[in-house]
Amino acid sequence: MSALSVRGLRKSYGAQEVVSGIDLDVTPGECFGLLGPNGAGKTTTLKLCLGLIEPGGGEIELLGEPVPGRAREARARVGVVPQFDNLDPDFTVEENLVVYGRYFRISEKEIRQRIPALLEFAGLAGRSDAPISALSGGMKRRLTLARALVNDPQLVFMDEPTTGLDPQARHLIWERLRRLTQEGKTLVLTTHFMEEAERLCHRLAIMDRGRIIAEGSPRALIAEHIEPQVLEVHGPGYETWMQRAKSLAPRVERAGDTVFCYGDDVEPLLKNLPRDLSYLHRPASLEDVFLKLTGRDLRD
Amino acid sequence: MLVWRKLMAAAVLSNLADPLIMLFGLGYGLGALLPSVEGMSYIAFFAAGQLCAATMFTASFESMFSGFSRMHGQKTWDAILYAPLTIDDIVAGEIVWAASKAWLTGSTILGVAAVFGLAASPWVLLALPAAFLVGLAFSAAGLIMCVLARGWDFFAYYMTLFMTPMMMISGVFFPAEQLPAPLLAVAKALPLYHGVQIVRPLVAGGPPPALWLHAAVLLAYAAAGYALAIYFARKRFSS
Repeated sequence: MSALSVRGLRKSYGAQEVVSGIDLDVTPGECFGLLGPNGAGKTTTLKLCLGLIEPGGGEIELLGEPVPGRAREARARVGVVPQFDNLDPDFTVEENLVVYGRYFRISEKEIRQRIPALLEFAGLAGRSDAPISALSGGMKRRLTLARALVNDPQLVFMDEPTTGLDPQARHLIWERLRRLTQEGKTLVLTTHFMEEAERLCHRLAIMDRGRIIAEGSPRALIAEHIEPQVLEVHGPGYETWMQRAKSLAPRVERAGDTVFCYGDDVEPLLKNLPRDLSYLHRPASLEDVFLKLTGRDLRD
Repeated sequence: MLVWRKLMAAAVLSNLADPLIMLFGLGYGLGALLPSVEGMSYIAFFAAGQLCAATMFTASFESMFSGFSRMHGQKTWDAILYAPLTIDDIVAGEIVWAASKAWLTGSTILGVAAVFGLAASPWVLLALPAAFLVGLAFSAAGLIMCVLARGWDFFAYYMTLFMTPMMMISGVFFPAEQLPAPLLAVAKALPLYHGVQIVRPLVAGGPPPALWLHAAVLLAYAAAGYALAIYFARKRFSS
């Protein structure tokens, strides 16, 4: 049985279709990533799965409950980390957790028993009486994560969990999320941060303009969609060089003043590279797949 | 779901000081110039009106400004919606909360009036549930404004175009019956007038005439406001 199963899901706002018939299956215990540029329909999909907005068509089953029909029952066993923190600034760290737990009808006594473990998990031990305004961005994010765990959920939705955090804070969150999957929780996260998806997700789907355009493990997606080696070149005279490169590599692209060459072997290109051009030779990554599939045009 | 909001009781103080200062300032100041009004001292007359007006203000401010802050600024409503609660629960919670806070304002004014000997009869105890009813009616109306608002300045229209004129014609400062007939008819269609019509006879020490009619109007405002607030809140949050 799937932790989350979506069939033919659609949602329109006015004449614009934001989600155009998507299918998803998330296996219990896996970390599933939903990737896509801004405006691809990721956040709308999450809201639909939680039963917060009415779908235009299709079926959703979350932890065995039909959504939106029994969304309330499903949400009782789900945690949510939203894109923007919405902790209550009138309360302290501990009060935020107590109040949130009360929304799940958990007794105050039971919540208070869970709090030390939650704060330890969030790296906020000893801060239970701190006001929200005294927390850094990373701390708020971790507290939001702890808040999403207050009902001991089976599945946690995360909308861009590390956007806006510094590398230290990001790595700490990643480590905690891995710990959650080891504990057997199912994670569904949206991101447009490829490194995050590559590190955390067992499986992912790339979404663009309301459709799912690719699905699989990060390695499988790279193997399937892109050549293994990448050479990035920029500098004076790159345009002339690009013409030559086209005969030496199977795929050559230009973005601004940089030439991207993809291939199984880029040695012949490296040998033919003039000295005054700067280059970067690296293995292909998920970001290359993402850019190939969704294009290099700017999204707003 | 309301348990936690008790933590904010500290903020109530400011809701009480203002109406009391106004009560004593206007009540004693103007009262010295005026003979008795409807058989009461002016300050007792005004205390009954001020009880309803202050209750209205607390209910409206809480449901509009604090509600909007929780809904729009702090996104607290969004956070609550991830839990097994719905937008209907939040609307009901906000209305009952604002009405409770308003009731506290009304009952404090009543308590002060009693201490100063302005309301001595046991009948005034009935003003306590009446104040809650006034609170419910205006909290529900305020919450409609809250879920319709796109920005903070939206509330200024409601306050200036609706609340202030209503306060002038609803018998808070002077008997509404001395108004021209069309204005009196408008007052009678609005909730504040009916609150005053319940509370003033109670402060004077007797049962209000047509008590159930006035209570029914307030209840109708609360119920219709609740239904409309839920309708608009669902609309706002389902998109």
